[in-house]
Amino acid sequence: MIQGIPLEHFLIVSTIMFFIGVCGFIIRRNLITMLMAIELILNSVNINFVVFNRYLYPDQLQGQFFSLFIVGIAAAEASVAIALIINIYRKMQNIEVENVNELKF
Amino acid sequence: MTGYTYTVFIILIPLVMFLVTGLMGMKWKPIVSGILGTIGMGTSWALSLITAASYFFGGHHAEGFQTIIPFEMKWLQFTDTLIIKMGILLDPISVMMLVVITTISFMVHLYSIGYMHGETGFARFFAFLSLFTFSMLGLVIATNIFQMYIFWELVGVSSFLLIGFYYQKPSAVAASKKAFIVTRFADLGFLIGILILSFVTGTFDFGKLTEPGTAIFGSAASMSFMGISAMTWAMILIFIGGAGKSAMFPLHIWLPDAMEGPTPVSALIHAATMVVAGVFLVARMFPVIHFQAPAAQEIIGYVGGFTSLFAAVIAITQYDIKRVLAFSTLSQLGYMMLALGVSGYGGEEGLGYMASMFHLFTHAMFKALLFLGAGSIIHAVHSNYMYDMGGLRKYLPITHITFLIACLTIAGVPFLSGFFSKDEILVAALHHNKLLFAIEFIVAGLTAFYMFRLYFTVFWGKDRHYHHTPHESPLVMTLPLMFLAVASVFAGYIPFHHLVTSDKVGFVTEMNYMVAIPSVLIGLLGIAVAWILYKKESDVPAKLAAKFGMLYTATYNKFYFDEIYLFVTRKIIFNYISRPIAWFDRHIIDGFMVGIGLVTEKVSYQIKGMQSGQLQHYAFMFVAGTLALALSMIYFLM
Repeated sequence: MIQGIPLEHFLIVSTIMFFIGVCGFIIRRNLITMLMAIELILNSVNINFVVFNRYLYPDQLQGQFFSLFIVGIAAAEASVAIALIINIYRKMQNIEVENVNELKF
Repeated sequence: MTGYTYTVFIILIPLVMFLVTGLMGMKWKPIVSGILGTIGMGTSWALSLITAASYFFGGHHAEGFQTIIPFEMKWLQFTDTLIIKMGILLDPISVMMLVVITTISFMVHLYSIGYMHGETGFARFFAFLSLFTFSMLGLVIATNIFQMYIFWELVGVSSFLLIGFYYQKPSAVAASKKAFIVTRFADLGFLIGILILSFVTGTFDFGKLTEPGTAIFGSAASMSFMGISAMTWAMILIFIGGAGKSAMFPLHIWLPDAMEGPTPVSALIHAATMVVAGVFLVARMFPVIHFQAPAAQEIIGYVGGFTSLFAAVIAITQYDIKRVLAFSTLSQLGYMMLALGVSGYGGEEGLGYMASMFHLFTHAMFKALLFLGAGSIIHAVHSNYMYDMGGLRKYLPITHITFLIACLTIAGVPFLSGFFSKDEILVAALHHNKLLFAIEFIVAGLTAFYMFRLYFTVFWGKDRHYHHTPHESPLVMTLPLMFLAVASVFAGYIPFHHLVTSDKVGFVTEMNYMVAIPSVLIGLLGIAVAWILYKKESDVPAKLAAKFGMLYTATYNKFYFDEIYLFVTRKIIFNYISRPIAWFDRHIIDGFMVGIGLVTEKVSYQIKGMQSGQLQHYAFMFVAGTLALALSMIYFLM
């Protein structure tokens, strides 16, 4: 199915996804949105793994397994993050990231 | 030769008593610690007597006494050759010292039950007494010089603790501090001496060091510093340590002040045992000093002679009864040092060595008796000063008689122990050095004079106004007095020349009437002068004092040595050495460290705003940093 599409295209897509994620993480104020931005970063990495695996070592599966791991860990991370966000919401009545600065100097 | 293992208990019992009374004494009635300590000490005493009896009188000793090491263990092993051991060494002088220490210590324990009765810190007092006895015993039975040094310092600490026993009294605190600092300063010399000695010889063991004709000093001859050989340096430095403990001039200043301690402590530590540690040290190292460092031996002789004269002169003018005795102790210690200084090695040549040990033994008995007697007097009249005393012979009959015996003994009246030992010293001095003999001859007269000045002023003369009628001390205090009086009378008949000699082989001495008769006469002359001046109270002594004027005042103030030391330390060392060093420390060293702290603090104030708590700032910094790194790597490495 992906025959004929060069490797660079995938990499360009994943790079764009990565930087969209980074920008989202830095710019957005809503914690949920920041969480989504992190998911974007992780998934751009997933794409890289799968594509490199397919193009460079077609007869091996490590890259694919790695992306599965990342999906699993991302799920765990999301659940922890959501739990934290809920607690923050209970405490502050909103989930703006600027309000969470109590651990400064 | 292993039948002496029980000697371990002689030194272990006082240690156990120290731990028990020190840790548990607070919980018991005070008297329990006193009795426990005394019983323990009595056991040690009995064991020491058994040891001495079987060592000196069991078996044949025609070819000399053996050195026995019943117990020895490795204590610290640094390398294959550098090993510090702990052990017990029995030879004539250490066995003799065991007897002296345990006897005096037992008497002092017994006496203290009465003397310290009702004092706060009764249990603490007995704990410290036991600690002192333990360390002193450890010192004399040391098998090597390092063990000796360890116990030497322990002795110093326990002396410090006991001088400062009345720690609420500022003068006692000052005295204990002074004693500790002066002796500690001297011990520095001792330590350096040990290091030089062991560097040259490669051993700490007394056995190897004092073996006659040993080859371990082979390399010593070639080493020298400032034109004086290494061994002479080592021996002089070791003697400085001994001089500090034995309060030889010019390190004598601590001993008179040490009289601030309770009187039994003065009797035990500052008259009979600790102060002879220096003499014992010189005696222990005697073969080394005599053969390897004759110059050091000369110095020892002259220092001893000068100290004895100097202290005897000061003793004449003092009014504090304990200070008179303290200066008398100094003078007698000078005698012992001098005897070692003029002694030869082996046979009759070693007369000075034997006389020194003999005098050490008899002096311990009569000086302890004098101090305990003084304690009994102080106990009765509650004052240390002679002008508060007079006519006490009626009130204190036992103290009076025993004190008189001690005074006669120290004055060298024939057939009492002091006569024999002092006579041997004079003979030894006459054979080797006429000048020292002359000094000692004068000192013998002075000794008789100041002791009988003390005796007549205290026990004769007019009655003073006492707060309550003085009464004789209880039996627990007079019993030691009586025992020691008997010992002072008869100790002279112990055949020391067969038992304690420089090469451990006995020799025969004869009474030298050419020396004995004049020395007795000058002693009697001293007594007679004291009789005339002080038997009946008169104003003659005051007139004489006025006539001597400056000289009297200088003597009364101990020739201003304390003031000289204070001047040197306060005005010169403090101002010109300590203060600049303190300034350097405070401003340069501390300044540097404080500067580092200040700079760090200032910088951290500047940059702490960067820790804003805003997650996204951090993330931005992180990403920007990563990008910058990545770009720079691409730029520089590609």
